[in-house]
This record gives sequence, C-alpha cells and structure tokens, in this order.
Amino acid sequence: MAGNEPILRAVGISKSFPGVKALHDVNFTLCAGEVHCLMGENGAGKSTLIKVLTGVEKIDHGEIYLEGKSILPKTPLEAQAFGISTVYQEINLCPNLSVAENMFIGREPVSGCVINWKEINKRAQAALSKLNVKIDVTQSLDTYSVAIQQMVAIARALDVSSKILILDEPTSSLDRDEIDKLFEVLRRLKEDGIGIIFITHFLDQVYEISDRITVLRNGELVGEYETSELPKVQLIAKMIGKEFDVLTSFNKGNAASAKGCEEDSLCNDAAFIKAAGLGRQGGISPFDLSVRKGEVLGFAGLLGSGRTETARVLFGVDKADKGELYIKNKRSAVASPMNAIKNGMAFCPEDRKREGIMGDLTVKENIIIALQAKRGMGRCISAKEREKLADKFIELLSIKTSGPDQLVKNLSGGNQQKVILARWLATDPELLILDEPTRGIDVGTKTEIQKLVVRLAEEEMAVIFISSELDEELRTCDRIAVFRDRQKIAEISGEDLNQNCIMQTIAGGQKHA
Amino acid sequence: MKKPQLSSKHVPLAITVLLFVVLFTAGAVKYPAFLSMQVFFNLFIDNAYLIILAIGMTFVLVIGGIDLSVGSVLCLVCMASAHLVENKGMNPYAVMVLMVLIGAVYGLIQGSLIQFFKMQPFIVTLAGLFFGRGAAAWISIETINITNKTYNDIAHYRVHLWGDNFISIGAVIALVVLVLAIYIAHYTKFGRSAYAIGGNESSAMLMGLPVARTKVLVYTLSGVCSALAGIVFSFYMLSGYSLHGQGMELDAIASAVIGGTLLTGGVGYVIGSLFGALTQGIIQNLIMFDGTLNSWWTKIVIAALLCVFIIIQRLLVARRDSQKAKGNVKTAL
Repeated sequence: MAGNEPILRAVGISKSFPGVKALHDVNFTLCAGEVHCLMGENGAGKSTLIKVLTGVEKIDHGEIYLEGKSILPKTPLEAQAFGISTVYQEINLCPNLSVAENMFIGREPVSGCVINWKEINKRAQAALSKLNVKIDVTQSLDTYSVAIQQMVAIARALDVSSKILILDEPTSSLDRDEIDKLFEVLRRLKEDGIGIIFITHFLDQVYEISDRITVLRNGELVGEYETSELPKVQLIAKMIGKEFDVLTSFNKGNAASAKGCEEDSLCNDAAFIKAAGLGRQGGISPFDLSVRKGEVLGFAGLLGSGRTETARVLFGVDKADKGELYIKNKRSAVASPMNAIKNGMAFCPEDRKREGIMGDLTVKENIIIALQAKRGMGRCISAKEREKLADKFIELLSIKTSGPDQLVKNLSGGNQQKVILARWLATDPELLILDEPTRGIDVGTKTEIQKLVVRLAEEEMAVIFISSELDEELRTCDRIAVFRDRQKIAEISGEDLNQNCIMQTIAGGQKHA
Repeated sequence: MKKPQLSSKHVPLAITVLLFVVLFTAGAVKYPAFLSMQVFFNLFIDNAYLIILAIGMTFVLVIGGIDLSVGSVLCLVCMASAHLVENKGMNPYAVMVLMVLIGAVYGLIQGSLIQFFKMQPFIVTLAGLFFGRGAAAWISIETINITNKTYNDIAHYRVHLWGDNFISIGAVIALVVLVLAIYIAHYTKFGRSAYAIGGNESSAMLMGLPVARTKVLVYTLSGVCSALAGIVFSFYMLSGYSLHGQGMELDAIASAVIGGTLLTGGVGYVIGSLFGALTQGIIQNLIMFDGTLNSWWTKIVIAALLCVFIIIQRLLVARRDSQKAKGNVKTAL
C-alpha cells in the first residue's frame, strides 16, 4: 500500500489569515491507492490544508505536485479538472433536484440544444450501481437518507474526476451500518488506485480504514505515520501535543473508571444536578452524571466526542429524548434554556461570536441580558441597579473597557469572554457550564479565568468546565468525565487525575498501547 | 418501470389544475353562456400580460429572489410606447424592439446590483418599482391614448381558430413565451442552474455552476418579460397611463405561488404559473357573470386561495420531514 507512487505532494505549504498563521511549512504526501487520515484538534489546520489543496484558498508559500507536475488550483472547479474532488460533511448538493441531476448538473450531456435527460438518468444509474447503490435516480435528492445523499456526493465526485477523493467528516451523521457500507466502498476505490484523504474525529474509524496518518497541530506538521505503527495513545498525545509516558500509565490507567463511579455514588445527596440515563438520539448516548456544589467537573475528550452535546442536553438547548434529570434531588424537565436558567443554571457556549456576544450592544447591556431574562421581561431592572451590576463585574473580572457603555464588539476576545462570564454570574447561578471558555484568548486572561473558576467553586458554586486543553482541566477540575465517540466513557478523580491516565482513557483501554 | 406517482412537489400544481377545472365546470353549470370555447380563450386574451409577468416571476422566485418592479416596468413600457408612437411619431415596431431592450437593461441593472453589491432583491426591486412609476409619470401625468393605425390594427387583430373562436396577438405572445419558458426551465443549462441555485446556492457554487451569471440573467429575463407584458398590455388598453398595472407585481407573485412555486426557491413550474394566472382570471369572470358581487371580491377569493395554498405547501413539507424522521425514507443501501 504505502509502497505506491505518491500521487499528490504538497511541500512547504504556508498560509496566513489576518492575525493567524493557519499553516506553517507543512508537507503532505498522498499515495495512490491509500486511505490517508488527516488528524488534528480544532484549529490544527486540517481544513485550511484541504481548502488549499482544493483551490478554495490561495497558498502564501509552497508548492503542490500532482503526479510530479506542479499545479496551483485557484478554484474548486480547477481542482476538479486536475482530478481532486471533495465531499464535505455538509452535503453540497441541491436537495430539490433529482439524484441524477445532482450528479450531472453543470456538465449535462446535450443533444441539439436540449438537455438529454435519458442519458443523464442512465449514466447516473450506472455510476451509482458501481458503488452498489440501487435507487430511483429520478426522485429528488431530499427523499433519500443522509447516507444515500453522501453516496450520491461520492458518486458525483468520482464521476467528475477520479484521482484523489477528499472526504471531510463523512461519517458524522451516519450510523454504524451506513459507515460499514461507506468503508466497503472506500476499500474498493482504494483498489482502483484512487488516493483518499479522510478526515474524521472518530479514532476507531481511523484505525479501521486508514493506511497512514498525518498529524497537524497549531498549523504545523507533527509527523506522518504508518497507522499500524502508531498506537492510539501516541496519536492522541501527538494531536494534543503532550508526551505520553508509557511506563507510568499502566499501573494507574486501569483503576480509573471504577474508582470515579464509586466516589460518585457516595456523594449523590449533595449533588446539585444529577442525570440518570440522559441521552439524545444523534447527540449523545445515555449517560449518568452528577455535579456537587463547590465542585469543578471537567469534560475531557477530543473534538466531536460529545462534550458540548452533553452540556447542551443538560441546559435544555437540545431536548433529551431519554433518561431523567434531577435538580437538587427533585425530578425536573429541563425543556428549554429559560427553564434551566430559572433552575439556577448558566451556560457559556463554545462559539462566543455566534451564540454568546451581541456585538452591537454595550458591555452593560450584554451583562444585564441574562438576568433580565431570568426575572421575566415585564420586570424592570432599574437604571441604578444595572449601573451597579455592570461596574461590579467590570471590576471583579477586570474587564478592560473604556466604560460600561462601550460596544462589546470593540473589546478583545478575552474581554468579550469575560463579559459573557459576567452575564451569567450576574444571574447568581448555582451551576455554571463553561464550554471552551479560554479558546482563542491570551495566556494571561486564560489564567485569570481559570483562577476565577476555582474561586467560584470555593464559593459553593457547581461548575462544569469543558476544555480541549488537558493542562487547564487538570489545574481547575476536581473530577473529569471523559468522552469518546458521543459517549461518556469514564470519570476520573483523585490520584488518577493526570495526563497519562486521561489520554489512556480517551484512547480506549490498552488496545494499542 | 417506476410507478407514476405524485411527488410532493407536484401536489400544489395538481391541485391548481384541478381547481381550475372545477371552477370552469361550476361556471358552466351555473351560467350556460359560460360553456363556450371563446370564454376559455378570453381568459388568455384578458390575462395575457399577467401570464407573461407570472412566467418571468417564476424564474426569479425559483432562484430564491423576488422582483417587485414588474408592474412598474409594465406601466413605464405602456407610457413610453404611447408617448413615442403618438407624440414622436416613431414606428410602432421599432418602439416594441426598443421597449424589450429597455426591459432587459432594467432587469440587468437590478440583477447586477443584487448580485455584485450583495443587496437585498426586495429593496433593489422596490427601488425599481418606484423608479418605473416615477419615470412613467414624468413622461406624462395625463393618459396618452394610442390612435396610431398600425398599433390599433395589431391590437384588434384576431387570430382565428376553429369555428368562430379567436385569440388576440397578446395571447399568442403569451403562449410563445410560455413554450420558450418551459424549454428554458427544463431543457437548458441556464434553467437547471437556476433551480440548483434555489436549492442551495453555496452547493451550486461548489459544483462549479455559473451562479453570478445565472442570477443576473434571471433578473434580466424577468425584465424582458415585464417589457413584453407591457407591450401586450398596451395592445389591451391602447393607452399609456401612470397608474396602469398598480399592484400587478403582487398578482404575478400570487399566480406563481398558486401554481406551486415556493418563495424559498428551488421549486416551481412555469406551467403552474399559467394556471395560477388563469385561475385568477376565471374567478374574476365568475364574479362578473354573477353580476351582483363587487369586483373586489376577486381579491378576497384570491386571498383565501393563497392562504390555503401556503398551508398545503407547509403541510406537505411537514409530512415529508416526519416521514424522514420515522425512517420511512427509502434506504436502498
């Protein structure tokens, strides 16, 4: 497999966006007839690399060679002409058109000056049957399941050009059966000599399908490895950038999950919130979880492992379809964020630009808004009280702003984050959920926020702290719940609370270690 | 062979056709005079301009846009034709060609503003609506009657069909536009690109379709249709007046929606818009035949119809979604 000729070579690729170095001197080689996984955490540069290869973004430095010839695709269309096709996670087809038309639009066979629909349908049927998909191609695409739509996208990509196929998170909305079918197809394509770049967050799938792995971190190349020679734990270590100490892991790793659960059951009485078998189809498998007052519970796991999904279910953003939730030992139906807020919960979402900050409102208004929602729209918060609250939190969190009437969009990322924190602290919550509160902010502010979290816990607040950075979790959390593949797989606490043990758990036991 | 089955996209269209047939039959049963071919052909004669506007509008709605300027362009074309033919003594045929060009440029400018300056179609064409009507009033506030002989001859010309039946030149133009539009919508790359853009614009872009060009051309096409409708309307009215065709853009949108076009884009049939326009016409006829009802009742009935059709469309979408959720969708994998 790996002995094959390299079909695509990217050498010394660099790409900067304003203020960010997305890729720095990255090399990447894809061989014909292999499945090559591109791995890395959020912001590692995976998607930028794909965009560069497919002509969506221009490179600053570096060269791309296709079968030894230097190429520079400027648009996705040009990349297609070179033989590079991409199938995205969000299926980029038109749901209103027929399956056949989706495969041939833009390059329809024309006889005279009339589109030849018969020919289109015939060729679509043939292309799909190569992938073992037998459907009525004249039906509109949206009558079929996501898995079929994915197959149609792949069939289109292969029919357009078939040297290199890039699959960006193709499995995230498929179930196990559908994934098996997809992998079957990929194996067949591999035999035909097509080079496949595969991006996924599911580690098991990486080991199931890939021949080689390239790991990126912070826009830099970590290395290229044969999948069979890279244990899972090592892969995770490379992705998150921590060395894994194999010797110490063995004695500590085993006891991890058992101990966590034990401790959990002892403290049930003091739990502020307790979930029993709570779950949501397509979001997170049923899980048990409890958080005590004055405790910081961390959620660890790779991106897409189900951390955020769990938080959203707890807060009622996504409705749970299984299990029960108890707040202060009382059965509760958290059906909406409003309900959760009334029950003393607060949630700082991951994407502060989209889900948190209202940039065109002032710092003061942003701080007040959740409190206003909690009290009800009818009840006024007096101007004096608003002023007092805003001043209090600006001082407490040392938000750098020219005053409470500054527009939030003019603040730096770290200070915006603090404003969101202030917003929820103003509601005086008993449980605070923080989803990636320190992403994209400077080190100084990071430390401040971590300190604040610890202090809040000391003041008897329950905190759920979600972060991709293990360091940060270890520094702030009393207990860490570990997630993998949309499942809560373990809780770790006490002396097991160290990097090796967590990485071991994320990797899933000793299988590859 | 697959079974002929009604996809949910065709249901509104089928309902409209059925409704048209029912209304016609009802009219025939109640008023014996209604049951003649000429009454049917009169629907085309009296609504030719609306049919043409609705066809242009269908393309705009399919790409997910809207064109509010069509009524004003129609008015401007009527007024400019009347002015040039009557006051300037220009050749009527030259005037007609000029008017189509003006319509094309009108649409081209609106489409370019929408596409290249990323402006809202609603606002751009609203400006187009005001501008067109303003320009018509600027030419003349008074009505200009068209007395030119050639013009009157064309307007009164009867294309004889079998028996005593006939249609006007305007109706012939409408039918030609209809056939061309069906060809464009279903058998050209331009037409299919328009549907793709309405389905998912960013997908269309990634699939390498000429999104910008298609969108601008769709507005241009709508402009041309408005101009043609204006010419047809000037045959019908034989005058230019700055209040001609007020609110007609909304009649055109209503025709398209009743004919099964979704305002969200991606779904719509030219033939549906024809029946949408004819249905409006037949309701008007029925109310006229009745004789006791105020003509504004047409609007009330159209309002009710629109409500019903939007609800039907919503229900169809909801039903399909729930089927999907239950997993009843074909999984042939």
